[in-house]
Amino acid sequence: MSANVLYDAPGPKARVRNRIYSVAGTLVLLALVGAVIARLASQGQFAPAMWDIFNYAGIRQNILDGLLATLEVFALASVFSLAFAVLLAVGRLSEHRVVSAAATGFIELFRSIPLLITIFALWVGIADKLWADVLHLPGSLAISPMWALIIGLTIYNGCVQAEVLRAGINSVPKGQSEAAYALGMRKTQVMATVLIPQAVRSMLPTIISQLVVTLKDTSLGYIILFPEMLQTARLIASNVQVEGAYPYVPVIIVIGSIYLALCLALSSLATWIEKRGRRTKTGIAVHAAAEPAEDPTVLEQ
Amino acid sequence: MKLRKTAAVAVAVLALTATACGGKEGPAGDAGKMKPEGKNAPKLPEYEVAKDVKLDSPVLKKAQKRGKIVIGAKADQPYLGFEDQSTKERSGFDIEIAKMVAADLGFSKDQIVWKTVDSGARETAVSKGDVDLMIGTYTINDERKKQVGFAGPYYHAGASLLVRKDEKSITGPDSVKGKKVCSIVGSTPLQTIKQPKYGAKVTELAKYSDCVQQLLQKQVDAVTTDDAILKGYAAQNPKNLKVVGEPFSDEPYGIGLQKDDKVLRDALSDALEAHQKNGDYKKAYEATLGLSGSDYVDPPALERY
Amino acid sequence: MNVLLDNLALFREGFIGTVELTAASALLAMVLGVTIAGCRVSPVPPLRIFGTAWVTLLRNTPLTLLFLVAFFVIPEILFPGINSFLLAVLACGFYTSSFVCEAVRSGVNTVPLGQAEAARSLGMTFLQSMRMIVLPQATRTVVPPLSSIFIALTKNTAVAGAFDNVDLFNIAKVLSNDGYDILMIFFWITLAYLVITFTISGLFRLLERRLEVAR
Repeated sequence: MSANVLYDAPGPKARVRNRIYSVAGTLVLLALVGAVIARLASQGQFAPAMWDIFNYAGIRQNILDGLLATLEVFALASVFSLAFAVLLAVGRLSEHRVVSAAATGFIELFRSIPLLITIFALWVGIADKLWADVLHLPGSLAISPMWALIIGLTIYNGCVQAEVLRAGINSVPKGQSEAAYALGMRKTQVMATVLIPQAVRSMLPTIISQLVVTLKDTSLGYIILFPEMLQTARLIASNVQVEGAYPYVPVIIVIGSIYLALCLALSSLATWIEKRGRRTKTGIAVHAAAEPAEDPTVLEQ
Repeated sequence: MKLRKTAAVAVAVLALTATACGGKEGPAGDAGKMKPEGKNAPKLPEYEVAKDVKLDSPVLKKAQKRGKIVIGAKADQPYLGFEDQSTKERSGFDIEIAKMVAADLGFSKDQIVWKTVDSGARETAVSKGDVDLMIGTYTINDERKKQVGFAGPYYHAGASLLVRKDEKSITGPDSVKGKKVCSIVGSTPLQTIKQPKYGAKVTELAKYSDCVQQLLQKQVDAVTTDDAILKGYAAQNPKNLKVVGEPFSDEPYGIGLQKDDKVLRDALSDALEAHQKNGDYKKAYEATLGLSGSDYVDPPALERY
Repeated sequence: MNVLLDNLALFREGFIGTVELTAASALLAMVLGVTIAGCRVSPVPPLRIFGTAWVTLLRNTPLTLLFLVAFFVIPEILFPGINSFLLAVLACGFYTSSFVCEAVRSGVNTVPLGQAEAARSLGMTFLQSMRMIVLPQATRTVVPPLSSIFIALTKNTAVAGAFDNVDLFNIAKVLSNDGYDILMIFFWITLAYLVITFTISGLFRLLERRLEVAR
């Protein structure tokens, strides 16, 4: 239902009223934004000296290093989480009850633990503890902050993406797999050549939306002190002193814009694929690009 | 259309950060303007790098194989452990101590890999082997000795209070009742000041510099931790900050290392002792912490165990 | 030493902290989310633009960054001395409000066209038809996604534990610093989160059942 069904095409009176609301609304919003800017400016946050710090090569290099660290973690975590997701999804759909139960249990467990807790536990050495003290295996599993972040993101997003994939696999018409079996294909072949490609295709927008979440969650590295973009930003904010004040606000604005730009670019990719998918006619609807919610609502179906 | 616009914005922002080359050189902000480069300014000592150090310490052997020693340090404490964000240079007393002992272990300052480790993460970083040594305002106490070993102490600090320059009501630990005092998670001065005797309301953040920012923003009324750290902040920002009151606790700083590595621990103590005797220690102090207004005091007696 | 028994008081404090943070943020997110959703479907263009901007901005910003904004920018804008709990609720509530808004909006979109048309033909204004016809019917479709949004919120409040709030993550950190076995800490903390998330999904399932009517 488009919004305009909710109200009449405005008559002369309503038009006048709407115009008044429009003007009033605009004014209130502008006043709010103006007040915020004025407040920050009065604290000297928009002083040229505060923003001059971004003119220094060292600072820029620093931000760039942070950005690259963020992108590196994001790239590795995306690839690993998608691979892991295929494994989990196939496991959950497996006909062996043990495998399917194990995959289901794993997915449900790690989806309900906050990612931050998983990352933190990995960072302080839960894997090593499990390895050496519980399983009594030789050697040790020391995990660096970067890998704690990557592994944590992989586990959590792998579970969510697995559920997305499963929904995609289930949405492929039954006839297709039946036809494939009739041709004498094996289970693995049906999965690999018929079901998963189509599931990925139809779920691509949702998968990318979840990747946006992955990208945002790389910022949790801040809490385990991995020098990604946010951590870098914070150090800049606290260590560069400008006329007795610290440029927290400018740094937050700049770093925020970079995150926003990255996420928007990724989200618009999802929307673009969704629109493109709608034009082509293959019989399987391309799933809507779900908003990057923490848990895509597709799971509830 | 909308898509293209978003993409354009994204590219613009990325380009902005990508133009790292071609900006101004040198340190940004106030640091660029107020370098005390007088003739009388104390100079940092140079340390002689030892050759062919042979010790039966697994950590050291690994470091020697690597050709680099990994040292954990603070990055946001002026005059103690500070990293300039535009030049990436580290400076401060802890940094000098690190260079000193690294030299005696056979590593030049170019062979040191610095790792920024915050207070709350020190035990984890040391016991897990993320860093070979931890030199960052690391107070020796029995609780921590259960998890890591300490060489030292190389400096004696005491908890104090940092307040805004115009603050009148807080004069020391006895006048913080009901005031908001900030420190970092799990720090000892915070536990002390929380006690009914002092009765402060506490705020716990991850870094001291966050506390300082909150103090400047009037979110909190005071920051408490070791006087050496606080004096550094006050010296860096004399217009807005000052340190008040007498120290109200004992904080002997040590070098953190793997718990059972007695060989390395003794070697570190020897290194500290040697540099205290040959005057490097004093010179390093005067060129770093000394600038923040703490007078030189003779180093505390080493505690070997 | 037993982590749970030794630190029962701490665990209780952390558990209550997480529940309080979740509840307060959920309330704020609901109020903001429904209001912004109203803006997004309203006849006044600036409000629509505002709604869209709100959702786009908050949905594409990492929560950790919002916490930095709450702790280092908000006090500059409003006034100093806001307590950490309130700042954490602001960060979590604002962040979640964008998801609530989208859930409500898609809920509104599922109400059959005829309903709104009928309301209009009865002479109802926008606010009246929203309040009496559309929103009550949208509620039914909004409940399931809201359940997962609030479960996500519960998990997100963990970030507050790193910013001067006592919650389950915070005590996990404290206990791990004290040298307790991370395996056991992880076990009990996970259990605590499971209790909260199961309660939420249970409550929502109950709500769903009560709202269930033939359509």
